Amino acid sequence: MSFDIPDDRRYLESHEWALEDDGTVRVGISDFAQDELGDVVFVELPDTGDELSRDEEFGVIESIKAVSDLYAPVSGEVTAVNESLFDTPELVNEDPFGEGWMLELEADDTAELDELLSADEYEDQIA
Amino acid sequence: MPLQTPPLRGVHDERGAKFTEFGGWDMPVEFDSIQTEHAAVRGDAGIFDVSHMGQIHVTGSDATKLMQRLTSNDVTRLEVGDSQYAAITDEEGHIIDDTVVYRQPNQAGDPTYLFVPNAGTDEATHERWISYRNEWELEATVDNRTDEYAMFAVQGPDAVELVDDAADEAVDELGRFEAQYATLDDVTCWIARTGYTGEDGFELIVPWSEAESIWSTFDCQPCGLGARDTLRIEAGLLLAGQDFDLESNPRTPYEAGIGFTVKLDTEFLGRDALEDVHEAGIEEKLVGFQLIDRGVPRHGYDITNTESRVIGTVTSGTMSPSLEKPIGLGYVPAEYAEPGTTLQVVVRGQSKKARVETTPFIDTV
Repeated sequence: MSFDIPDDRRYLESHEWALEDDGTVRVGISDFAQDELGDVVFVELPDTGDELSRDEEFGVIESIKAVSDLYAPVSGEVTAVNESLFDTPELVNEDPFGEGWMLELEADDTAELDELLSADEYEDQIA
Repeated sequence: MPLQTPPLRGVHDERGAKFTEFGGWDMPVEFDSIQTEHAAVRGDAGIFDVSHMGQIHVTGSDATKLMQRLTSNDVTRLEVGDSQYAAITDEEGHIIDDTVVYRQPNQAGDPTYLFVPNAGTDEATHERWISYRNEWELEATVDNRTDEYAMFAVQGPDAVELVDDAADEAVDELGRFEAQYATLDDVTCWIARTGYTGEDGFELIVPWSEAESIWSTFDCQPCGLGARDTLRIEAGLLLAGQDFDLESNPRTPYEAGIGFTVKLDTEFLGRDALEDVHEAGIEEKLVGFQLIDRGVPRHGYDITNTESRVIGTVTSGTMSPSLEKPIGLGYVPAEYAEPGTTLQVVVRGQSKKARVETTPFIDTV
């Protein structure tokens, strides 16, 4: 089985991705992670305005068979959450790098992104 | 300890299945997705490999007596080709295991039974039968045939037609819980109109060496243990080791909601204790519930009353694919067991509102 790993973003060992655009970091989980979880049925996310520290648990994703914590890739303030996941959590399965995004952070320091895995490094990890 | 592998481990792997350890066996948990497989069984048909289930064969002039004394139901009611659901209880009346007992055609004139204990319990069950047979000096041969048979379940609204088309005999004439030997693809199989999904269908006990040709006979959705679990929870059916467990959560059949398997007018181990329970009434009961708030109930979560006092534990839970609602099973004090009662389930430290529901959660056969 081969998985999509777009190289426009960085990855965490815990399978989240982080995509930066002008200081705003969008966060989701990888194609590999959604496949491992199976049918996603529930996502619990923080409120906008919450402050997250890098590597802090920010929420929970549940599939029919498993529960998994979600970790922040960088420190920052939550500026948006993908509320469409509350009614249609299956978007995480259908489009993990697009419509299935989870939240956006105003990063305290975008340099933190450089310490995350590149697409190649992440590919090696899940190989 | 190495995992036992079902005969079709390689076939399932090739098909892209994901595997999980269950009862000491390396079993397919998911072929495509749990929701896809679940929907196939509710909508048309699916086939499960359940070769992790045990098969114990009992025959002899005292076979009926042995079965009667070690299972809670009344095996004397079984004609050849009948089956019944039963509990195997200890002397305190707690469930050790649940099983289906099939009455097979007599062998050498003697009554003959095949029963199906749960995954990983076949050796202990076999020893239990042997040791009581010896203690009671009964004439019966008890064989553990778990490694001789694969077991498949074909379930769903179209399952009866699928199995009937595949068999030489008219097996669609079998009623619920009836069984017979039938020929599929020149192979003699034991075919029973039983299942664990709430749907109509058959379970097939197939010689291990012929497993692949029988499996490939059926052109329907392959299903893993993941969908088997969501289907059985919707049907309100128990999972051994989870909804009852002799070590960690000992329960009587009355508490577990399977009092109908207890026939107090028969003699079996646990009967006297169960008569006392029956007369005194039960203090706790397994109920079905639906979460009203968002969340998914899981095995081991606390159940509280509306004052947040812990009153019980979730034993099974899932997001129901058919109802698209979070549902579960759990034990609560009898005064909270009435359908409509408001409870709370503690999900990661947060109390989520729940309501007691009648089970099965869905319409079943």
